[in-house]
Amino acid sequence: MILSSSARRVLAVLTWAVLALIYVPLIVVVFNSFNTNQAMTWPPDGFTLTWWKRAWESQGAREAVLTSLQVAALATLTALVLGTLLAFALQRFDFFGKSSVNLLVILPIALPGIVTGIALNNAFKGIMNVELSLLTLVVAHATFCIVTVFNNVQARLRRMGGNLEEASSDLGAGIWTTFRLVTFPQLRSALLAGGLLAFALSFDEIIVTTFTAGIDLTTLPIWILNNMFRPSQAPVVNVVAVVMILLSIVPIWIAQKLSSDTQGVQ
Amino acid sequence: MRLTALLAAPLVWLIAIYVVALAALLITALWRVDSFTGNLDRSTYSLDNIKTVLTTPLYRTVAIRTVGIAALVTVIDILIALPIAFYMAKVASPRIRGVLLIAVLTPLWASYLVKAFAWRATLSNGGLLEWLGAPVGLQSPGYGLTAVVLTQAYIWLPYVILPIYAGLERVPDSILNASSDLGAPAWTTLRLVVLPMLVPAIIAGSIFSFSLTLGDYITVNIVGGANQMLGNLVFVNAGAANNLPLAAAVALIPITIMIVYLAAVRRTGALDNL
Repeated sequence: MILSSSARRVLAVLTWAVLALIYVPLIVVVFNSFNTNQAMTWPPDGFTLTWWKRAWESQGAREAVLTSLQVAALATLTALVLGTLLAFALQRFDFFGKSSVNLLVILPIALPGIVTGIALNNAFKGIMNVELSLLTLVVAHATFCIVTVFNNVQARLRRMGGNLEEASSDLGAGIWTTFRLVTFPQLRSALLAGGLLAFALSFDEIIVTTFTAGIDLTTLPIWILNNMFRPSQAPVVNVVAVVMILLSIVPIWIAQKLSSDTQGVQ
Repeated sequence: MRLTALLAAPLVWLIAIYVVALAALLITALWRVDSFTGNLDRSTYSLDNIKTVLTTPLYRTVAIRTVGIAALVTVIDILIALPIAFYMAKVASPRIRGVLLIAVLTPLWASYLVKAFAWRATLSNGGLLEWLGAPVGLQSPGYGLTAVVLTQAYIWLPYVILPIYAGLERVPDSILNASSDLGAPAWTTLRLVVLPMLVPAIIAGSIFSFSLTLGDYITVNIVGGANQMLGNLVFVNAGAANNLPLAAAVALIPITIMIVYLAAVRRTGALDNL
């Protein structure tokens, strides 16, 4: 197909313009974190580090970060184990209901957030009579994090094929030895990429979190939501938002580098 | 044997926790809350909650509004995503393609809450939009439904670009060349050759933007002013109003919509594109 050069130019301009626009609101947040005006009006009145200092000293924000890290770490570990097992099962075997299992993994993030949230809330509180706690939150997060690990590991397994493993077992290695010395080293970067994405997903999640976290549990997103509407706290929230932008971008870049073959990272 | 060992743990987890939870939601919707004790009455089953949801004007209005917003967000995202994905997959050089891909992926993973907050700041009184619009006599939309559509379309755009981009990569260049060799102008090739092949990918993208907007209640709190979406009703009933059965009944609306939608698009093969 031959596109006229003007058509190409229009497409290029459009693409770059939209992508640039995507970054504008994020840049506004970064500038506002140094804005002397507390109401965050544009253009900024002047430069200040007050908000950064106040954010650094905020006890609530610090505790929320620790809670979020804890939840994300536990959910990621669970998702790594379950997602890897599932990826092996679906990539290496054919069985009845395979496509349903595929759909089942995606469902927790493909269904609307409130559905997953209220379903788990109801299962814990209404059916099992369990009080919401850190544990229920981790269980909920792990459930929708499985898919990122699964996607990454499955893509890697597909590319690896089974030749090396067959060679290994022909040479007399047992299943466990083959996994430890042949399969795992090839999977390592895919596991890291999937784990990072799962971690980022859990660290940021808010909707399912509001339905499944214990009442005294404040993750960082919950802390942001609670403080966003308080005029005196809004600038501090702004600083935390900048930190979160930076924190979420770094792992993604690493994950991207590690798994250049996975397109559907969600 | 080995298959069972691999499948057992993850399947038990997903089914025992997730599928059972979804099924339980249906049952809870049939229960009621004892108005004296505030406890769940698990012994009587009735369709009262579902009747309430279907007949109360408030629920109907909010349901229609939510579906409307989700549909609008999806259409906007698809219209923006199509040319961008096409440029990335078929026009840009491989080096630029890599840069663009990272440019699309990075904001996808930036925190959802931060993105909504960023729009709150951009749309605020005296914010960037007002400042930009002032010289040309345009006003910022402020907080309201327009802001909700804008913010949601912004947040879910990368989720729509990526599947469409992946779909376009699977369209071989030889087919495009064949079409133009046979005399079709570029626009005709796009319309009659590329677009039909892209349908599953477009639907895959729409599943994300539609479903995620349908289930959102945080963005509307942040930039929507006093407006409510279905999620707000679920959240209030499950929490402050202490009426889990009614919350479950409200949640059945988005569940039904998504099940119908997923079932309808299943035949197109869109689900393999997720």
